[in-house]
Amino acid sequence: MIKVFWAFVKKEWYHIIRDKRTLLILFGMPVAQVLLFGYAISTEFKGAQVDVLDYAQDKSSTRLIHHLQSSGHFTLNTVLSSEQEMEKGFKEGTTKLVVVIPEDFDSDLYNGRDITVQLITDGSDPNNANTLLQYATSMLNDFRREQLQKESSPFQIQVESRMLYNPQLLSAYTFIPGTIALILLIVCAMLTSLTIAREKELGTMEILLVSPLPPLLIILGKVTPYAVLAFLDAVLILLLGYFVFKVPVLGSVLLLLFCCLLYVLVGLSLGTLISTRSTSQQQAMMSSLMGLMMPSLILSGFLFPLSSMPKILQFIGQIIPATYFIEILKGIMLRGVGLQFIYVEVLVLLGMVMVLLAFTWKNFNVRLQ
Amino acid sequence: MAVIVAEHISKSYNDVPALTDISFAIENGELFGLIGPDGAGKSTLFRILTTLLLADNGQGYVAGHHIVDEYKEIRKKVGYMPGRFSLYQDLSVEENLSFFATIFGTTIKENYNLVRDIYVQLEPFKDRPAGKLSGGMKQKLALCCALIHKPEVLFLDEPTTGVDAVSRVEFWDMLKKLKEKGIAILVSTPYMDEATRCDRIGLIQKGKILSIDSPQRMITNFNKPLFAIRTRKIYQTLNVLRRADFTHSALPFGECIHLTTTQPLVASKIKEYVVDNGITVEDVLPVKATVEDVFLDLSKTLETQS
Repeated sequence: MIKVFWAFVKKEWYHIIRDKRTLLILFGMPVAQVLLFGYAISTEFKGAQVDVLDYAQDKSSTRLIHHLQSSGHFTLNTVLSSEQEMEKGFKEGTTKLVVVIPEDFDSDLYNGRDITVQLITDGSDPNNANTLLQYATSMLNDFRREQLQKESSPFQIQVESRMLYNPQLLSAYTFIPGTIALILLIVCAMLTSLTIAREKELGTMEILLVSPLPPLLIILGKVTPYAVLAFLDAVLILLLGYFVFKVPVLGSVLLLLFCCLLYVLVGLSLGTLISTRSTSQQQAMMSSLMGLMMPSLILSGFLFPLSSMPKILQFIGQIIPATYFIEILKGIMLRGVGLQFIYVEVLVLLGMVMVLLAFTWKNFNVRLQ
Repeated sequence: MAVIVAEHISKSYNDVPALTDISFAIENGELFGLIGPDGAGKSTLFRILTTLLLADNGQGYVAGHHIVDEYKEIRKKVGYMPGRFSLYQDLSVEENLSFFATIFGTTIKENYNLVRDIYVQLEPFKDRPAGKLSGGMKQKLALCCALIHKPEVLFLDEPTTGVDAVSRVEFWDMLKKLKEKGIAILVSTPYMDEATRCDRIGLIQKGKILSIDSPQRMITNFNKPLFAIRTRKIYQTLNVLRRADFTHSALPFGECIHLTTTQPLVASKIKEYVVDNGITVEDVLPVKATVEDVFLDLSKTLETQS
C-alpha cells in the first residue's frame, strides 16, 4: 500500500511540475499578491494634493499651510482665490482636499475665539475621504496646541492615543495574515478540486476506479503533494512579510505552523468535497471561486470589518474558515498569544475538518455518476 | 465456464432507455465483439460490466463475481480500456505503464512477457509524453496499461476508433495472440469489417441485442438474395428500387447499393428494371452477404417492429 501511495504522489508531482499554470498559481501568486497588497493596495497615503482657500492671508494662516505640508502626507496643489474655483480641482481629479481658512485667522487664534476651519473632501471615494479628514483634523489640533503652548489653558483635555500591536497602523500587519489565509485556500481547495475534476474530465478516473485502489488512497495520494506545497507557500509568505514588510511573529512559530497545518486540512477537505460534486474542471473552478474565494476575501474580516455588515453577511462570515484562521494568525503573529487565547478558533477549525470529511466520505462515489 | 455473463440487463438515463434486456455469456479464452453504431449502448454496457455503473434491472457476473455485490473482486481481475483515450497525457510512455503496474501491485518486469509484443513497438518512444503519440500508438499503450496486471478478462471499448487502417490490423493481431493466452476479451467496435476477426459477435442497435452468433454463421444464415448495384445516380436508383415490388430492402453501401429481394431473381432483370426507369446502371451482381448486410437487415426488422 505504501508503495502504491508513493507511486501516486510521484505521479501527482509530475503533473504539478510539468504544468506551468499550476506552478504559476503555486509560487507566482503568493509573491504577486503579497507585493500587490504591500505596495499598490495601501490604505496609507502620501503626498495627497490639497487646495487652500485662504481668506485670512496672514502670518498664522501661512504657518498653518506650512504645518499641513510638514508631515509629508499633504502637498499643496493650488492656492484658490474664490469659492467658485473650489470644485474645479475635484472635477479634474487633481485635488483630494480643500482647506478653507476664515478671515481674521491670526487675531482670532490669539484671542482665543472660536475658529471654524472648513475641510472639504471628495465623497465619491468615502474611504479615502475619511482618512484624509482624520489626518487633517489631527494636524489642525496639533497646530492649535503648538501655537497656544505658552499660555496653556487649564480647561484643555489632552488626548494621547497609542495603537497597541501595530503602533504605526501598517497595512502589512493585516494583509500578511489575510494573504496567507487566501493563498492556502486557493492552493488547497481550488487546486485539489481542479486536479480531481481533471481526472474525471479526462477519463482517467474511470481507470482508477476499475482498479483495486481504495478510494481513500486515491484521495490521499492526490492531496498530499498539495498539502506540502501549501505549507511551503505559507512559510514563503511569512518570510516575505518578515523580511520585506517587517511583520513580526511574536508568538510561537511552532504553534503558528500547527495552525497553518490545521487550516490546510480544512482547505483540502473543502477541495475534495467540491470535486465530489463537480464533473468538470470548469465546474470545480467556478464553485471554488464563487463559493470560497469571494466570501473569504470579502466576508472574513480581511478587507472589511465584519461588525459593520448586515446580520446575514455576519452570519456567513462566521461559517467561513478564513475568518477564524485570520484571527488565529493575528493573535499569534501580532499579539504573541499562546494557545489558551485562541483555542476557540482552533476548535472551530477542527470541527470544520470533521464535518467536511464526513460530507466528503458520504459523497465520494465508487462508481461513475 | 462463462467468464462474462449478462442476464436481462436494462438501463435508462432519465427515462430514455439505453439498454433493454441484454443477455449473453462469454466463454474463457473467447474473443467476443460487440458490434453497433455510435449511441447503440456499447459503452454503457461496458461500464455496467466493469462495475462503474449500476444497471436498473438484471444481473451480471464477471470472472465468477457478481457485478454489484462483489465489485471489489472484479476490479482486481479485469483490464479496462475506456472508449476515450484515458491515460495521463503529460506522463511519458514508461511512466504511465509503470504507474498502472504499481497501482495493481505489480511491476513491468513481472508481467513483461505479456506485453512484450506490444511494448517493443512503443519502446523507441518510451520517454515521449503519452499525449504526443499517434492515435495507433496511444491505443497500443492503453492496451499495455490494461494488460500489465495480467487480467483474467479484458474490456476494450472501441479500441480501434480513430486509428489508421494498418494499425487496426496490427491491433486485431495482438488481440488474437492475447486470446490464445486464455484471456477472455470483450471488445466493441463500430466497424463492421472488423467483426470477422472475432470468435462470436453480438449485434447491438438502440440498446437491444439483435443477434449473437459467430460471424461466419451469421453470414451463412442470411438467406435473402443479395445484389450489389453500381451506379452514379445512387439517390435516384434507390428511389426507383424502393418502389419495385420485388424489393425487400435497398440501402446505400459504400460506393454502391445493396439490394435484397423478396424472391430469387436474376441480376439482369434488376438491371433491366432500373434502366427502364430511365437510369443508367453500370453493374448489377449477386454478392455474398457481409456482417453489415446482416446488421442492416436486422435493424430494419427492428424498426418495422417498433
